[in-house]
Amino acid sequence: MSQDSMPQGTDTLRWRSRPKPASALSAVLTLAWRAMLKIKHVPFQLFDVTVTPIMFTLLFTYMFGGALAGSPRAYLQFLLPGILVQTIIFITVYTGVGVNSDIQKGLFDRFRSLPMWQPAPVLGALAGDLFRYSVAALLIIALGLVLGFRPAAGPLGVMLAFLLVLVFAFAISWIWIIFGMKVKTPESVMTTSFLFLMPLTFASNIFVRLETMPSWLRGVVRHNPVTHLSNASRGLMHGTDVTADVLWVLVASAVIVAISAPIAMRMYRQER
Amino acid sequence: MAIAIETRDLRKTFGSARALDGMNLVVQTGSVYGLLGPNGAGKTTAIRVLATLLEPSGGQASVLGLDVVRDADRVRQKVSLTGQYASVDEDLTGQENLVLVSRLLGMSWSDARRRATDLLAAFALTEAADRQVRNFSGGMRRRIDIAASLVTRPELLFLDEPTTGLDPRSRNQVWDLVRQIAADGTTVLLTTQYLEEADRLAERMAVIDHGRVIAEGTSHELKSSIGGNALRFQLASAAQRADALAIVTGLLADGSVLPNTDPTSISVKVADASVAAGVLSALSRANIALADFSLGTPSLDDVFFAVTGRPVDTEAAAAAEVAS
Repeated sequence: MSQDSMPQGTDTLRWRSRPKPASALSAVLTLAWRAMLKIKHVPFQLFDVTVTPIMFTLLFTYMFGGALAGSPRAYLQFLLPGILVQTIIFITVYTGVGVNSDIQKGLFDRFRSLPMWQPAPVLGALAGDLFRYSVAALLIIALGLVLGFRPAAGPLGVMLAFLLVLVFAFAISWIWIIFGMKVKTPESVMTTSFLFLMPLTFASNIFVRLETMPSWLRGVVRHNPVTHLSNASRGLMHGTDVTADVLWVLVASAVIVAISAPIAMRMYRQER
Repeated sequence: MAIAIETRDLRKTFGSARALDGMNLVVQTGSVYGLLGPNGAGKTTAIRVLATLLEPSGGQASVLGLDVVRDADRVRQKVSLTGQYASVDEDLTGQENLVLVSRLLGMSWSDARRRATDLLAAFALTEAADRQVRNFSGGMRRRIDIAASLVTRPELLFLDEPTTGLDPRSRNQVWDLVRQIAADGTTVLLTTQYLEEADRLAERMAVIDHGRVIAEGTSHELKSSIGGNALRFQLASAAQRADALAIVTGLLADGSVLPNTDPTSISVKVADASVAAGVLSALSRANIALADFSLGTPSLDDVFFAVTGRPVDTEAAAAAEVAS
């Protein structure tokens, strides 16, 4: 049996010499390449990041636009920078889902037993996720422009808002990575994280202005990081001064990464 | 000969469960060594500690002279691990998986592609090169997984239950591969719960139970440690067991009956194989029908039974694993 199916000759099993271990950068890039391949082979992965944003933008614009701002077009000017924030924050959960399924399938065991820079698999996965966030963001902005969104600050403002949202998404992805390492199944990553994300994104000024809320709620919403982010996104796109909100988001992102990245990396190195 | 693996009083606890409870193990380089034991005995934990995936809770472990905790990075440069589940990316193709590992080990893109193509050929996977691993059969998955462990030839290869769940043909292929890898100079440590597998592949083996080594040696040594030949009768009917037992013990004053849970079988240890014929004709005269009869050295089942006092009880072991 071995003769017909398993070409013998130990030469094939031998590699001339052990190469020098991959550099940190090359390991991260290789793992980012893997993330791209996964998107290529399982394009369904992009379904959530394309269909959901389109659905949300259309639904909220046309359902609430008339009631909240007089017309869908007027509401869109307010909503679009915010819906961008909400959509991207929602899809950050997939980072945790991906980490969890890599662990369940034993793939992280393989990575961890290789002599490479240990954070590479996590950073490589994040690089792939940033690509997905970008796809979703570009779609929303393009759809917005088609529907009549006119950002006063022009392309530069939109680009800055997009980058700021990416920074924040990168930061909270680390939290989902911790989740992904902690819980047993990808499904529980989804359910647990949405318990946080629903209040976090809806109890913000993404959909309605702060002034319309009862005062007790206003107090909560004002301190929601998502409120700062959607303020910043709105301001950058429409050219109003939101320096304070931008700084707030940058500092919050730095704090989240500074706390959760080391925890995530320690959990990654340790046992499960 | 150099020492590939040495553990001293190795311990690993998960909460209150003691997965490794003072394991002492010495494995020489250049051999296939088997860790044998039921589910939950601690085999996988032992391999994960040795491959630097788990930190031990106590005791020491060194691999190729390097401490698995202090020199974890250098250990990883010399060993490869093939886990119990195919640790390759199911979404990627066979070729892409091997390129991925080759790149992560530091090869250039062109070297990585060449290496992947060579390995696919060596593992009879060329036709599946561009298929996603999720569409591979169990045997193909196991082969791509082992191939991923051989991208650069490791000095020591860990194989965790390499043939669990495989059909006999795929199992034979994996066995051939293991022999080939060992012939090529790589030390192989494999875990198995199949006694036959350890018997076929491993020159030496350790029987593991409750996180400890309870017996160690070559297959032959383990078998002769319980002494003599085993004479085994499979009765046609359990009702005749008492009668048969009386005849057997009457004839074989020097033989000891080996413990046995099967109500239709009797195993007796005998010093001299020549008594078998006499026992057979006595049983036949007493009209005791036999379904099967064998004479041979004790199996590893007998060894496990002799050292633990219980058969390889997969149900109890599985329950213990769930508990841990």
